[in-house]
Amino acid sequence: MSSISAIAIPIQRTSLFSNGVRRGLVASLVLLFAVVPFLPDFYVTLLGKIMCFAICALAMDLIWGYTGILSLGHGLFFALGGYAMGMYLMRQIGRDGVYKQDLPDFMVFLDWKELPWQWTGSEHFFWAMILVVAAPGLLAFVFGYFAFRSRIKGVYFSIITQAMTFAAMLLFFRNETGFGGNNGFTDFKRILDIPIATPSMRIALCVITGLVLIGFYLIARYIVQSKYGRVLQAIRDAESRVLFTGYNTLWYKLSIWTISAMMCGVAGALYVPQVGIINPGEMSPAASIEIAIWAAVGGRATLIGPILGAFFVNGAKSWFTVAFPEFWLYFLGALFIAVTLFLPQGIVGLIRKLANKRGQS
Amino acid sequence: MPVSLSCTGIARLLSNILVIILFSVIAQYNWALSADAVKAITTGENDDRIAALTKAMTSPDESLTRLIDALLDDAVKIADGRAFIVRDGKAIDAVSGIEVPLPSNAEDIINNNRVRGELDAAKAALSLLSTDRNVRAKAIIELKDAADEARLPLIDRAIAKESDAELKAKLQQLRAAMLVASTDKSKRLDAIAALASSGEPSVKSLLQERLQPSAESDPEVRAALVGAIKTIDGKLVWGERLGVIFSGASLGSILLLVALGLAITYGLMGVINMAHGELMMIGAYTTYFVQNLFRQYLPDAFDFYILAAIPVAFAVAALVGAALERTVIRWLYGRPLETLLATWGISLMLIQLVRSTFGAQNVPVENPSWLSGGVAVMANLTLPYNRIAIIGFAFFVLLLVYLLINKTRLGLFVRGVTQNRTMASCMGVNTARIDTYAFALGAGIAGLAGCALSQVGNVGPDLGQSYIVDSFMVVVLGGVGQLAGTVYAALGLGVLNKFLEGWTGAVLAKIFVLVFIVIFIQRRPQGIFALKGRSAEA
Repeated sequence: MSSISAIAIPIQRTSLFSNGVRRGLVASLVLLFAVVPFLPDFYVTLLGKIMCFAICALAMDLIWGYTGILSLGHGLFFALGGYAMGMYLMRQIGRDGVYKQDLPDFMVFLDWKELPWQWTGSEHFFWAMILVVAAPGLLAFVFGYFAFRSRIKGVYFSIITQAMTFAAMLLFFRNETGFGGNNGFTDFKRILDIPIATPSMRIALCVITGLVLIGFYLIARYIVQSKYGRVLQAIRDAESRVLFTGYNTLWYKLSIWTISAMMCGVAGALYVPQVGIINPGEMSPAASIEIAIWAAVGGRATLIGPILGAFFVNGAKSWFTVAFPEFWLYFLGALFIAVTLFLPQGIVGLIRKLANKRGQS
Repeated sequence: MPVSLSCTGIARLLSNILVIILFSVIAQYNWALSADAVKAITTGENDDRIAALTKAMTSPDESLTRLIDALLDDAVKIADGRAFIVRDGKAIDAVSGIEVPLPSNAEDIINNNRVRGELDAAKAALSLLSTDRNVRAKAIIELKDAADEARLPLIDRAIAKESDAELKAKLQQLRAAMLVASTDKSKRLDAIAALASSGEPSVKSLLQERLQPSAESDPEVRAALVGAIKTIDGKLVWGERLGVIFSGASLGSILLLVALGLAITYGLMGVINMAHGELMMIGAYTTYFVQNLFRQYLPDAFDFYILAAIPVAFAVAALVGAALERTVIRWLYGRPLETLLATWGISLMLIQLVRSTFGAQNVPVENPSWLSGGVAVMANLTLPYNRIAIIGFAFFVLLLVYLLINKTRLGLFVRGVTQNRTMASCMGVNTARIDTYAFALGAGIAGLAGCALSQVGNVGPDLGQSYIVDSFMVVVLGGVGQLAGTVYAALGLGVLNKFLEGWTGAVLAKIFVLVFIVIFIQRRPQGIFALKGRSAEA
């Protein structure tokens, strides 16, 4: 953790809308509303997808970059949000499935007669949206409470979060748990009774995702600039000292951990209607570690960094998997190593360093 | 006609078609399956379809076999209440067996899991009448799980026809299993008495099912059931207990091998090595490679390839480990989270490297002949030789590591560097070199674990990924800093896992174990054997 403490914290208190942020906001809004509608379908979906990932990276940054707690289980929160949304979309299929029945197809296939308890009310959009944040939030709260209470930290915490998402993946793979097993949820037809597979719906979802991303960015900015955010960074740099100063770090860590999980849940809920499927693969330990690398590549403890990182890594991924599928894992692996060895502050750190050099010469 | 039943696959299909063509005109009366029965089996609600199938099974014949085969292959279409079997672009009427043009409005039939299960069972029941002994034996085993009184006439017919004494006894037992659910009380009692003589676990679970209040209400029969279960239990219980302990010890020994390497890299050096699983994979692939060399150049000594593979696997994995330590891990000491990410990156690259070289599929690694087979200790307990060998091997490696760490100069240096790096350095120990040796040792032991795993599991690029979570759990549970904790944690987790598996099934058992570990860490965050004093908080 010593490396993170080396990252300078800007002392001066900037307003929520500084000049740079305001310019960036205007630019991204223009991009969303003026450019997205004219992009080809493929790029609209890709952009929407990456913005979902950027929300995850932002959430990861709050807990890792600012509080110093590396979670290897954020994929689980993402997937939980996705599953809550996915079930709502399954119910929206109505009787248009293969079996022409009220129950989702996979349940008919398993010869179930009624909906499992956890999906009660999932046909209401409003309840599904509550579930999207409540399910990951609640799980994170309970898990985090027990973990932080007994002062589990550092790698220990990382490893048990990884075990958590691994266990959940095994559970969701089972057919009888009511999450669709291997195949998960797919074949969606409508959202809010509007057909889902139309270009205009795709654009709408992409724009909504963009707005949510901007919203979360501002919230995160507000959090890290507040007094609360300063305590989080103090916990990251010297937790014992914060404890001795009289702060109960449990509630600080627990609250930011829960907020971060809920952000991931929202990202998952936005992701599912755009890609059209959610399955337990999203909970694999590998998927969660990838979220960490987005944040690390962009630059931890900066807010724009994780967003840039998510765009960079996922952009590279979609290019590699088409152009050189063989080399994608090499590239990703090399990225992990290069970032930890040579670029501890990520892309943003690199840009700052270059800018400083130019300023001096 | 029976000829078509005895063959399998394409041969059966061809002979079916041949038989159909030959007999369709001259032997019309042979097709006992009525048009109504076919319609009832292929259309309507699932419950009704299953009932119709059960009814048709009381008088089985060639056309029913054909229909069931076709249904299982999704080769049946329906139109206007008539069913057509479509194979190779040709359609035949399911009732008459005559080739007819397929109506344009023909629709596919959708069979859900339950209907499929019934069809499978019906197919097995029909195979009971086969002339091939192996087919019959297989059918009896399959039917055990789907015992149902409705199939009784078929079983009776099979018993009457059966000439093989062993199969006949098995059929009698199957018949008893079906009769347990009979509506006639005396029949039930007879059946229970017949079943009590069996020593098989499946019979016991069958009897237990019957004991549920919804299934059996007569007190006398219930008493007989309880008595029969007790009799079988007596026969089973020891075999079961030993079986659980053995498979627990087997899993534990594998975990021990996997975790021993981690106990050195993580436990002693404090390096989180997410690529540990991939080092195991390298060991397993080395074993595969050595096996192929032996097959090609020393076919006479093939049985002993594994003995050569053990040191080679150790050496290759240790070299890779040393290279990793020198190039990457060395720069990240004291930054565990960064090490975690960097080694994860290494693991991704190693996986892709193996995929590009050996292909994404699993590669076959054969057991030498002296490791295949097993020793049958009891009726329901066979101990495979390869698992016994791995248990022995794990403790052998443990002994070597113990001696190496505690009795050699290198071990002394490793312990010295772990306890106080600066002081060790002042005493003239080349700490950087010791780090490399220690890491290479951990990696080499991972290679040994991979070599052992290749004898019991699949060898593929993803081999390491499936063990990494388990093995870290062992280290976390065992605590950092010494070997004893690792040993107890590995064996304990192995046995606990297998005990839970007996109750809840494999996946839930795994989840319970993970939950248990998370709760355990709450109580003892530093593991079973925590280091005490100031160094514990470092």
